[in-house]
Amino acid sequence: MQTEIVIAGFGGQGVLFAGQVLAYAAMDNGKEVTWIPSYGPEIRGGTANCTVIIADEEIGSPMVRHPQALVAMNLPSLDKYESAVIENGTLIVNTSLIERPVQRDDLHSVLIPANEIAESLGDKRMTNIVMVGALLAQEPILPIEAIEAALQDHLPQRHKKLLPLNYQALREGAEFVRKERIGQKT
Amino acid sequence: MAKELLKGNEAIAEAAIRSGLEAYFGYPITPQTEILEWFSRRMPELGRTFLQAESELAAINMVYGAACTGARVMTSSSSPGISLMMEGISYIAGTEIPVVLVDVMRGGPGLGNIAPAQGDYNQIVHGGGHGDFRPIVLAPASVQESIDLTIEAFELADKYRAVVVVLIDGCIGQMMEPAELPPMQPIQKRNQEWAVTGAKDRERRILSSIYIDPEDEEVINFRLLERWNEIEANELRYKEYFMEDAELVVIGFGTAGRVALSAVRAARSEGIPVGLLRPITVSPFPYARIKKLTELACGMLVVEMNSGQMLQDVLAAVGGKIPIEFYGRMGGVVPLPDEILAEIRRLCYEPVAPSADPRKSWMKRMDIAKN
Repeated sequence: MQTEIVIAGFGGQGVLFAGQVLAYAAMDNGKEVTWIPSYGPEIRGGTANCTVIIADEEIGSPMVRHPQALVAMNLPSLDKYESAVIENGTLIVNTSLIERPVQRDDLHSVLIPANEIAESLGDKRMTNIVMVGALLAQEPILPIEAIEAALQDHLPQRHKKLLPLNYQALREGAEFVRKERIGQKT
Repeated sequence: MAKELLKGNEAIAEAAIRSGLEAYFGYPITPQTEILEWFSRRMPELGRTFLQAESELAAINMVYGAACTGARVMTSSSSPGISLMMEGISYIAGTEIPVVLVDVMRGGPGLGNIAPAQGDYNQIVHGGGHGDFRPIVLAPASVQESIDLTIEAFELADKYRAVVVVLIDGCIGQMMEPAELPPMQPIQKRNQEWAVTGAKDRERRILSSIYIDPEDEEVINFRLLERWNEIEANELRYKEYFMEDAELVVIGFGTAGRVALSAVRAARSEGIPVGLLRPITVSPFPYARIKKLTELACGMLVVEMNSGQMLQDVLAAVGGKIPIEFYGRMGGVVPLPDEILAEIRRLCYEPVAPSADPRKSWMKRMDIAKN
C-alpha cells in the first residue's frame, strides 16, 4: 500500500512545510515516508512543490509520474499537474486563487476557498494547513489527530503560539469537505 | 534512539559529527550546501573546527594537512567542486592518510545544473585523481544508509589509511526520510603511529607523496595495491531484492537503484521473475557476485543516471555470457519507475543476443522516444 501526494503552489505558501507535516505524521504513525522538494533555482513567488510518499514497506522511487493526490495551491500548479494525477485520484483545488474549472472528470475533486477560510480564522498563513485538512477528509491517509500531534512536535518553537490556530485550520479544512459531501447528497 | 525526519545532506553532516569529526573544511555548492550549513552551526557549538575555505582547492588541501596530524577530518562538494579537488585527493592517497569525502552529484558535464545525476561514477570509481590508486566508494540509496555509510566511511578510512568517498546525488541529498542517528561520540583523536604531531622525545616522522626514486614509488604502489586486495576481500557490500528465484536481474546504485526497486516490484506483480542487485560499495565493485548471477539469470538490465559508466564494470563481470540491456537518463533527469518497468518487460519478452551493444541499442530506443 503506497500513497503519493504532490503539493504545489507559490513559494511562500507553505507548500514544503505542508508536505513535511504529512511526513512527520506518517513517520510518527510508523509508516515509511519520503519527502522530496523541487530544489531548482526558484525564487520567492516562483513555483514550489514537493512529493510525499507514504507506504507500508521500503519506498523505492521518491518521485512518481502519476500521484494519487494533488494539492494545488495556485493556478500554475493545477495547470502543470492536473493531467498527471492517477485515474480516480484526488484533487484539492484552492479556489481562492484558481478560477478555472477542473478539466478532469475522473477525479475526486474538492474545490475549497482555502485563503478565505484561513483569512476568516485571522491568518492567511494557515492556507496550507486548511488544504491539508481538506486532503485528509477526502483521502484518509492519516487521522487528523496524527497531524495535530505532528504540528505540536515539529512546529518551530517560534511558531508554537500558532498551534491552536493550526488545529483550527486543519479542522475547518476537513469540515468544509464534509459539509460539501452532505450538500451533494441532499 | 528514536527516528527523526532528516534531510540526506544534514543527516550526513550530523552522522559525521557523531562519529567524532574534529574538523570540516569546505566550499558551498548546490545541491550539497546543507552539509556545509549544518557544520557551520554545529561544529563551533561543539568547540570543533568548521572552516569555509576560499575554494575547493584550498578546502581539500586543508583536509590533507589536518589529516596528517591524525585528526578525523572530511570535506564535501558536488561534481564541479569535486573535479577541482582531484589533485589533493591523489596527494592524500599517495601520502596514505585517512580522509572522508562526500560527493553529492549533479547534472553535467561542465557547470551543468543542480539536478540529481550519477555522471561522476568514472571520475570517482575509476579515477579519484591521477596516479595509481583506488578510493573506497560507498553509494547509499536512502537517508538511513547515508548515515550508516558515513559512519562506516570513517572506520574504513582509518582501517586502510585510504580515501573513502560517500557518493550520492542531489535526490538523496535533498530528500527527507525517517532515520536514526548514532549516539554522540567525542572527537576521535587517535594516537596514529604515522601522524605528525610534533617530534618532541620521539623520532621524526615525514608524511609526503613525493618519492623521487621511481623504485621507491613502486614500493608504495605495491603497498597500495596489496591494501586494495584486502579491501576487495573484506569490504564488498551490496543489497539484493527478490533474487531467490530471479531469472532476470536489474542492477543499479544509489537513486537509480531505488527507483529500479519500484519497477522491479511492479514487474513482480505482473509475474515477471526479476530481482534487483544494488551495489552499496561501487568500489570495490561486486564483480564476483554479478558473475555468479549469470549462472542463475538469463538477462540483465543496468540502470544509471549517466550514459552507462557502471555498465562497463557489469560488462566486464558478465563477460558476454548473458544478454545485457542498459537504460540511462542523463544531464540531471531522474528516471521514473514506469520507464524501467518498460525495459524489464522488453528484457523479458524480447530478449536480445549476448553480443548486442547495450549502449547503442539504448541510444536507438531513446532516439525513437525523442522523435
